[in-house]
Amino acid sequence: MLDPKVTLLDKAAVLEALPDDPAIKAILAWNADALIDAKIDRGEVTLTITTNCIREAAATVKAAGYNAFQDVTAVDWYPSVPRFQLSYHICSHAYKDVLRLRVMVGEAEAAVESITPVWAGANYYEREVFDLFGIRFEGHPNLRRIMMPDDWAGHPLRKDYPVEGYR
Amino acid sequence: MLDVGTPILEVPVAEGSRDQHMVLNMGPQHPSTHGVLRLVLEIDGEVVVRIYPEIGYLHTGIEKTCEAKFYQQVVPLTDRVDYLGPMANNLVYSLAVEKLLQLEIPPKAQWMRVLLAELTRINSHLIWLGTHAMDIGALTVFLYTFREREDILRLFEMISGQRMMTSYIRIGGLALEAPLDFLPRVQAFIRSFPEKIDEYSNLLTGNPIFINRLKGVGYLSPEDAVDLAVTGPVMRASGIDFDVRRDMPYSSYEKFQFNVPVSNVGDCWARYAVRLEELRESVKIVQQALDGMPEGPIKADAPKIVLPDREQMKTQMEALIHHFKIVTEGFAVPAGEVYQSIESGHGQVGYYVVSDGTAKPYRVHMRYPSFADLQALETMCKGRLLADVVAVVGSIDIVLGEIDR
Repeated sequence: MLDPKVTLLDKAAVLEALPDDPAIKAILAWNADALIDAKIDRGEVTLTITTNCIREAAATVKAAGYNAFQDVTAVDWYPSVPRFQLSYHICSHAYKDVLRLRVMVGEAEAAVESITPVWAGANYYEREVFDLFGIRFEGHPNLRRIMMPDDWAGHPLRKDYPVEGYR
Repeated sequence: MLDVGTPILEVPVAEGSRDQHMVLNMGPQHPSTHGVLRLVLEIDGEVVVRIYPEIGYLHTGIEKTCEAKFYQQVVPLTDRVDYLGPMANNLVYSLAVEKLLQLEIPPKAQWMRVLLAELTRINSHLIWLGTHAMDIGALTVFLYTFREREDILRLFEMISGQRMMTSYIRIGGLALEAPLDFLPRVQAFIRSFPEKIDEYSNLLTGNPIFINRLKGVGYLSPEDAVDLAVTGPVMRASGIDFDVRRDMPYSSYEKFQFNVPVSNVGDCWARYAVRLEELRESVKIVQQALDGMPEGPIKADAPKIVLPDREQMKTQMEALIHHFKIVTEGFAVPAGEVYQSIESGHGQVGYYVVSDGTAKPYRVHMRYPSFADLQALETMCKGRLLADVVAVVGSIDIVLGEIDR
């Protein structure tokens, strides 16, 4: 694990600081163009991946030793564009570390590839993001609401959804 | 205007099997589902074919509520997520925000946090053991484990004034100095607890009914465990040797010596054995925390973030100003995003906190282990008898509060 005081917000600086990082190496070897940005914030590595290849990126880091999927969630940056950020947290039992993959998704085409073929455990997490943010996951085996009732209108964790709900 | 998604009003049934298979609804008020879990079971005679868990009955939108509160006001909300492990929830949230703030926590506060987190684990495991055995039909154990749980709740009440919703671990340290006889009382509890574990073990480990109901039931392979994002004791009972406390230490866990119980068997019995062993390891950690408890302050030296002492607030103008500012305006947290993992009683808890530089969190996401464990339920129960579902649900130690949030 990196020192939590380390903060590098520039892709070139991160690549220089972590030449031997297995995840970064694997992603660069697979498709260097897919890695849009990289940052180290408070000792945590975040790799921003192009929207359309998250599934392959997930498979790549899985092969590189980041074996245990932890979590996927979204952040709504409304009203900035692109609106949604998807954050995938992947733990490595071998390196004892957590990696964050980040994907930016626009509002109009709020859809990404599902990573359930890579980790079946992403199933409920992607359903939760779909339910609460309205982002679709293509190739998901059972993409329907999980927390809210099936006939609920709206996606509660979006920033334009009032905290008290619609009356 | 808003996309609703496709409503599915009917439970999907496997193709061509509609006339042979029966759909059985279990819960949400079933006594063995521990809260309001609804399982829609597709069964062929007595054999489980598929399971569709229906959750959300306890969904209160805690993550949304967090976005409308100041950072320090989120702490009491975290108690209510996993209501059996309040200190662990306070701890993981505080650690995440402290990471955002880059705050140094004094050693005494860190050790007290470890001590309280382990007492919480004992508390959580005791409830699991009592209710799990009760589901299987061994009603007596419940009475024994709740006797010791009461002792822990009394300790919690003593230190925080609250039995269950403690909110005692705060951003920057602890809420209050512990009462003078708190540590001796913990010592007395810890001294008598190992023989209580033997007592539970005597009631269950050799019990032929308990053995028959658990051994070989609910098998989960190590590959499936990792693939389905299962963590904690369930994963370790499947042979994956990973514990956040040892492998990604937080709050000075690296200074404690303890073993991580692992089993390669992967059935309900292995989960029982692993958790029972974890109880003994927790006792060891609490003992080390008591023996080596450092002296010093229990709050970080950050007057703009940590509420001042009551006495100081009444005598010093600076402290009064800080107190007023924190309560009325909160404190700004530098922009950024962090993900903090800890090991709770059920498994790996992760809090993802995003800050936009204001006094309210922009996004708080809570990753709780029971949510992932529930996905593994079908894998564990497929092809087994209906009665085994009860044993498996008990063995994964499900808490609906942390699933639905």
